[in-house]
Amino acid sequence: MEILTAIKRVPETGAKVSLTDDKLDIDTTSLGFTFSPHEECAVEEGVQLVEEHGGNVTVLTLGEADATEQLRSAIAMGADDGILLDGGDDEWGPVGTSKAIADAVGESGTDFDLLLFGNESADTANHQVGVRVAEELGLPCITGIKELDVADGTATAKREVPGGSEVYEIDLPAVITVKEGLNEPRYPSMRAKMQARKASVAERTPEPHEGDLELVELEVPESDDSPAEVLGEGPEAAADVVDVLEDLEVV
Amino acid sequence: MVLTLVEHEDGEVDDVSLQTLALARDVAEQSGESLDAIAFGSDAEAIAEAVGAHGVETLQIVDDDALADYAPEAYGRAVAQCAEELGTEAVIAPGTDRGAETLAHAAAKLDVTMAAEVTAVEVGDAYELTRQRWGGTLIEHSKLTADTNVLTVAANEVSASETDGGAAAVEAFAPDVDDGDLRVRLAEVEESDVEGVPLGEARVVVSGGRGTDGDFSELEELVERVPNAALGSSRAAVNEGWRPHDDQIGQTGAKIAPEIYIPCGISGAVQHMVGCKGAENILAINTDPEAAIIQKADYAVIADLHEVAPAIAEELEARGHAE
Amino acid sequence: MSTKELPSHAGTVIIGAGIVGSSLAGELAERGRDDILLIDKGPLSDPGGSTGHASNFIFPVEHSKDMTKLTSDSRDIYRDFGVFTNSGGIEVARTDERMAELKRRVVSAKSFGEDAELLTPEEVEELVPYVNTDIIKGGFYSKGAGTCDPLRAGELYRQQAQEKGALSTAANTMVEDLRVEDGEIQAVETDKGTVEADEVIIAAGLWSPKIADMAGVDIPLTPAVHQMVSVGPVERFEDGEGEINYPVIRDMDTQMYERQHGNDIEVGSYEHRPILWDVDDVPSIAESPLSPTQPPLTEDAFEPSMEHALEIIPDVLDDPDAGVRHSIDGLLSVTPDGHPLLGPIPEVDGLWSCAAIWIKEAPAIAREVSKWMTKGHPDIDIVAHDHVARFDEYGETQEFVKSRAHEGYQKIYGIVHPREQWQSTRPLRTSAFYNRQEDLDAEFFEAGGWERPRWFESNADLVDTYEDQIEDLRRPNEWDSRWWSPIVLGEHLHLRNNVGMIGDTGFGIFDIIGSDAEENMERLCVASMDIAVDDAVYTPILAPNAGFVADLTVARLGKNHYRVITGGAHAGQDRTWFGKHLEGDAELIGRSSELCTLGVWGPKAEALMDSISEEPMTADSFDFAEMKDVTINGVTAKALRISYVGEFGWEIYAPMDRGQRLWDTIYEAGQEFDIRPVGTGVYGETGRMEKGYRLMGAELEMDYNPAEAGLTFHGVKDADFIGKEAYAAAIDGENAATLCTLSVTDHAPDGGEPRFMTGGEPVLDENGDVLIDEEGRRSYVTSAGTGPSVGKHLLLSYLPREYAEEGEQLQVEYFGQQYPVEVEVAGNGGVFDPNNDRLFRNEY
Repeated sequence: MEILTAIKRVPETGAKVSLTDDKLDIDTTSLGFTFSPHEECAVEEGVQLVEEHGGNVTVLTLGEADATEQLRSAIAMGADDGILLDGGDDEWGPVGTSKAIADAVGESGTDFDLLLFGNESADTANHQVGVRVAEELGLPCITGIKELDVADGTATAKREVPGGSEVYEIDLPAVITVKEGLNEPRYPSMRAKMQARKASVAERTPEPHEGDLELVELEVPESDDSPAEVLGEGPEAAADVVDVLEDLEVV
Repeated sequence: MVLTLVEHEDGEVDDVSLQTLALARDVAEQSGESLDAIAFGSDAEAIAEAVGAHGVETLQIVDDDALADYAPEAYGRAVAQCAEELGTEAVIAPGTDRGAETLAHAAAKLDVTMAAEVTAVEVGDAYELTRQRWGGTLIEHSKLTADTNVLTVAANEVSASETDGGAAAVEAFAPDVDDGDLRVRLAEVEESDVEGVPLGEARVVVSGGRGTDGDFSELEELVERVPNAALGSSRAAVNEGWRPHDDQIGQTGAKIAPEIYIPCGISGAVQHMVGCKGAENILAINTDPEAAIIQKADYAVIADLHEVAPAIAEELEARGHAE
Repeated sequence: MSTKELPSHAGTVIIGAGIVGSSLAGELAERGRDDILLIDKGPLSDPGGSTGHASNFIFPVEHSKDMTKLTSDSRDIYRDFGVFTNSGGIEVARTDERMAELKRRVVSAKSFGEDAELLTPEEVEELVPYVNTDIIKGGFYSKGAGTCDPLRAGELYRQQAQEKGALSTAANTMVEDLRVEDGEIQAVETDKGTVEADEVIIAAGLWSPKIADMAGVDIPLTPAVHQMVSVGPVERFEDGEGEINYPVIRDMDTQMYERQHGNDIEVGSYEHRPILWDVDDVPSIAESPLSPTQPPLTEDAFEPSMEHALEIIPDVLDDPDAGVRHSIDGLLSVTPDGHPLLGPIPEVDGLWSCAAIWIKEAPAIAREVSKWMTKGHPDIDIVAHDHVARFDEYGETQEFVKSRAHEGYQKIYGIVHPREQWQSTRPLRTSAFYNRQEDLDAEFFEAGGWERPRWFESNADLVDTYEDQIEDLRRPNEWDSRWWSPIVLGEHLHLRNNVGMIGDTGFGIFDIIGSDAEENMERLCVASMDIAVDDAVYTPILAPNAGFVADLTVARLGKNHYRVITGGAHAGQDRTWFGKHLEGDAELIGRSSELCTLGVWGPKAEALMDSISEEPMTADSFDFAEMKDVTINGVTAKALRISYVGEFGWEIYAPMDRGQRLWDTIYEAGQEFDIRPVGTGVYGETGRMEKGYRLMGAELEMDYNPAEAGLTFHGVKDADFIGKEAYAAAIDGENAATLCTLSVTDHAPDGGEPRFMTGGEPVLDENGDVLIDEEGRRSYVTSAGTGPSVGKHLLLSYLPREYAEEGEQLQVEYFGQQYPVEVEVAGNGGVFDPNNDRLFRNEY
């Protein structure tokens, strides 16, 4: 199986974020970078499928040159190859990103059986790149998947809904976007991390496309710093605790 | 005209769709346009009154056997065709799994971008959007200027509001979908049959840390009394050998997202807190009112867990909640 | 959430509730402080500083008596709290050079009383089977090493203080300003309100400089990254009980450690390039994904460390289920010299620093600082090397702190020679003689920021001149001769035979002026200060327990005017001691940067100086210890007849702007007398050792009193002074130990390369057991240096009473080898010119 997983470099934030002075970005002075849990699950799923069926996992990202760091993290998890679409420092919108990824897939010379994406990016949350890549490539697509089986060229994919899950069956090749919970992403071993640092990563420069949102500015919402409501001291507080549980309808 | 995708089941309009209609109506009013809705299914006519009460003038119904089961690309094709045929200014969908998926297909077919997680629109030369990033911890202000403005509305961020309008007029819309659009279709819906709730899925998580002094019996009894509840622990408790590693909540353990998380005798180290940041509510039980966990909780009980946990269990029983 | 109101007043406010602040709260409550407020911007029990992410292991053996003691005391405290696990620890060597260093570790362990031994690779494997013994030469086994839980210890300390009713805590409270009036701390302003305070301690770890800045003062440290990853779960660890079942491994040559922690192995590194942070860039708690002091790992910097970890413990790291579960750039505090920053802040009364402290030493340091605060002095000497004021007047800029921290980072696990010099931000302080000395190819060492020539390469010819006397004292071993030159011996002999000029000695100089000057000086000094104007006197300065705070020279310039001259490395400490103790009308004025000092000593000093001075400069015209104005070729200066090398001559203090002219005049006129510039190798080592002169911070420290040090020649004066009672008692009592001068009688007892000790070596009896006096103090070499005039390598050491006799035959251990030594002088006195004919009588 040839599998492509797409990931996005995003800052690793705490409970509160600070913005740059022009309010167009997060101030990342003291922050590190990562890729989202959805995408970690995508990489893990790709690696597990290849472990089961053989083949290769290619991990791809569109972003600044430093996004190579995230490709290496994915390679440490077991991906075989990395492709960096060097998009420079600018944020690419979903239209441009999708076309760039679709172009890269076309140019890769690989007939991918499965393209795995996160359901939405952690930062901009546009909810569409996977779908649009599928549309560009003429592939079937399902999103928001939390359980996946592949057998005989068909994927059985499940999406959580209240009280159960929806089951989809898709013939490969296909695009599937996944959510955290799909699997438990592995912590890469130290040896794998070290080897990933030495892995070569292909680099391409994608063509930009017009047509995405124009960012005006970002805003940090007023946070709710309200102190905890002290229900009481000692065992006498039990009644108040049960009141809370009843209000939340969990008992 | 502003076209809104509406989801419904058993004759009831989905809550998020009603919220979406409120925002869509605001867009329509600002633009001086009418508000239409599009719904799928042979039973869609049943919601004409309900959507009318939320400002929809005309309800486009797609009743096609091929689309009886949800099929994302075909649904997206239908929405795109409807928008093109009606010459709509904007297409708006609820920010649900299906809503976002259908609209993403539609946007791709219309060759325009889609703005997701929108919470407000100000219509001027462009659509000036307010939308959520980072799961709502950051707000984006941006401009949308497409031939058709396509957007999804963030769930549970906009209040639904009724008008005094009557039932919406009903029109049938027959999309032209081909087999290619039907490659992905809902095959079945499985009911969940969970026994012994996994930490990651529990609606209530109770956990214990160093404050248990190794005795988890009261917490175990409490968890048994609550449906959909699971027991977890802090790293300290695991390190002490009091609990298996599978129970550990935190950075190197399980990540949980319950309706309510009840940490007992846990100081609230950041490494622990990253494991429970998905919890809707935190009710901390701790003897130290200055403990970090108290700062981060919504509710707090300043008490010894060995005293208060049995008291809660008794109270639950007294009120007839015993399992 | 806190239902508690912030009090409007507290006797003592501690800022920072990590292990340091919490220990201080407990220790101060123990010593009677009953109104303590502990503030932290973060929550309890982990407020988000370095305490929360440390690897928490304790290796007690250091090449410093005080640090070893502080670490072992801290271990005892952790043990008493039930939060210490005695896992043991092994430092492994991959190279021969490191194996030699490990032998030196064993020697230090013996000197300072820790259980330690060398291990073969096979013995390492028995203790820690997952170490790859193919790549190691052996190990140093510290049996007393282990791990602790500092967060829990902090809780227990706070609990102790709270149970006494002495402590209240204010977590989640941000300090916004410190209010200072008339040089005195008044209040701490926070986001929850203002607290008036009698005393305030900054124990805020890497935020300490920021807090200090609020009071307009400096705590010179910088946040620096220590990289750490945690790998697990490791199957091998799963059956073990508790958090650690194997000794902690320190892979010294790669500057890394590997420590089991539950099912994980923590791999830490000091190997990576130094990554220094600006304290202002350290994020707030809310902005941090983990905590403010745990930014994410800088992956590329950690690459070599991963390779090295995989070399040393492949078995556990290649466990098929083990992954890197946690990885951080842990932030900790680094100072310009790697030592903590402790004690009273000179400029602000009532404001204290307790910062840049490792987990392993925190409780004991807090204990000592609490003693300092409550009874005026610590019992373990944290004054000489750890006083926050040691960088006073020179070493407080960001540039200095960062460059030294950068340089010092590699020394954390490095093999650091006792004479090793810093390289960065030099030259920083240069005297008026500097250019001339550079022209003469001076090899500069640094003290108190001052550039001081250690020897002059231009004197290389003297090695030939005095070859006969030097021959047996050369040091063939590379380690022994590192940061050393036989030229020092040549300069020494030349000075003793002719005349030498030594400048600048980088003194700390300050004046005490005011109508109450004499009263203050009397109260501070052991020597009587009722001396004539123009007279000077050498005096110890004591703590209340008669431990040494300082030893220095005091000259009386006027009725109400004294001048204090002290060693450059202790200038800040001594200034602070004087400054904090002045009462009434007495002002302290710094002179260090205004005056340069030039010493001219030797048999020909009188003839030389008398020939160029307008005033007579002879033995007859100048009494010993007399200080007078002299005029030399247009330069007015003060000359003091005194010497630290035991020769006739003067220290001449000239205004800095005329120093070069003074140098040129003496140097040119001196040619006729065959004068040579001489370095501090003679001044501070060879000359001093031959005369048995004591050095502050080496022989003179808190653990020994003046009677034991042999410095009771002033007797007990009538006037009251600090430490008088204990001093008088020490004189009356019998010494448990006596400071002795020893000589090495065989440098190569087993044949082979002769070796020359550098200091710190244990002194042993004929059975090879370390000498221990009746107070439990172990004998070790406090100073070592060669005496070319006596043809011997000399050592100073406190010996138990029964061994302190001339002719006593003992041994010292050096790099695992024992060498015979003999007691030359018991008590005060020189091996060379014991009657001081040269010094006192100009008799040659």
